[in-house]
Amino acid sequence: MEQPVTHSETQALTHTDHQQHPIKLYLVVWGLLFVLSVCSYMVDYLGFQHYLRWGLILLFMVLKAGLIVAIFMHMAWERLALVYAVILPPVLVLVFVALMTSEAHYTLFTRMTFFGTAQ
Amino acid sequence: MSQSAQAKPEIALPRPAGLRGFASDWASDQRAFKNVSWGKAMMWIFLLSDTFIFGCFLVAYMTARVSTAIAWPNPSTVFALSIGGKEIPLILIAIMTFVLISSSGTMAMAVNYGYRRDRRKAAILMLTTALFGAIFVGMQAFEWTKLITEGVRPWGNPWGAAQFGSTFFMITGFHGTHVSIGVIFLVIIARKVWRGDFDTEKRGFFTSRKGNYEIVEIMGLYWHFVDLVWVFIFAFFYLW
Repeated sequence: MEQPVTHSETQALTHTDHQQHPIKLYLVVWGLLFVLSVCSYMVDYLGFQHYLRWGLILLFMVLKAGLIVAIFMHMAWERLALVYAVILPPVLVLVFVALMTSEAHYTLFTRMTFFGTAQ
Repeated sequence: MSQSAQAKPEIALPRPAGLRGFASDWASDQRAFKNVSWGKAMMWIFLLSDTFIFGCFLVAYMTARVSTAIAWPNPSTVFALSIGGKEIPLILIAIMTFVLISSSGTMAMAVNYGYRRDRRKAAILMLTTALFGAIFVGMQAFEWTKLITEGVRPWGNPWGAAQFGSTFFMITGFHGTHVSIGVIFLVIIARKVWRGDFDTEKRGFFTSRKGNYEIVEIMGLYWHFVDLVWVFIFAFFYLW
């Protein structure tokens, strides 16, 4: 008697598990990615420099990456257990970036001090 | 009843949502990823490890670029092309970016049509994606050829810091390899979709298991990741 109940429950679950979204959403995101890419290309084409340049590059990069991960890779609809397992570890790369920035500046300092400007 | 509850415990108990759900999913005696198949979870974990590989490459590039006392070659002019007698900065890389983004768009739609069991449209969109990928690799081969004939080597180049060549070949080479593997992967899965393997539940050649349309989404995850990596390479290597 319980058999058919569990069967239909299983079917309902596997059905809702599929990532099914309207095609229009993908087309809108595609268009947004195009616009953002044009914007980041324009940063170079118009020759912005220094902090304006770096800020705009990072802004457009983060927006593009966010759209790809959230919509195209369906991360926006996954359970938090998976989202955090994937999104949090790469944050540690930023610690590595901070370490290596400091290290690279020290290397540059020693090169300038002990080898003049060469190499 | 008790047997099926044991096989799929997530059916028996509704899971809490949000942060509480995150904590309870990762709590003891649990399968952490409740509604995600092993195939999808493993692809995500592989992509996470690949993130660290490309992260290390970009950190190495940053370290080389910051620590050199010699000026870094200007990518805007290095990657310029003269079209109609006019030098357009970075134009080839911009076109490559648009090609890769378009391939991501067609891939996302292929996943959608796969789940709708519209195998003709899914297979055509996957082959379109593969074609865009092949065009991208072709343009990269053109770019490499151009730079090599201009004298760029892993140990030096005519314009400045020697590390420019080594980081360029390392990072774009690894990314191009990923795209090439993706194209092969796409063609294999597109053939299975076209043949209707997932409708007739034909068993796989290597695994002898029945496949389903989720493989299109898993394949899509890999492909979107390749596009994602390009976003970072474009920002840090070509634009910075």
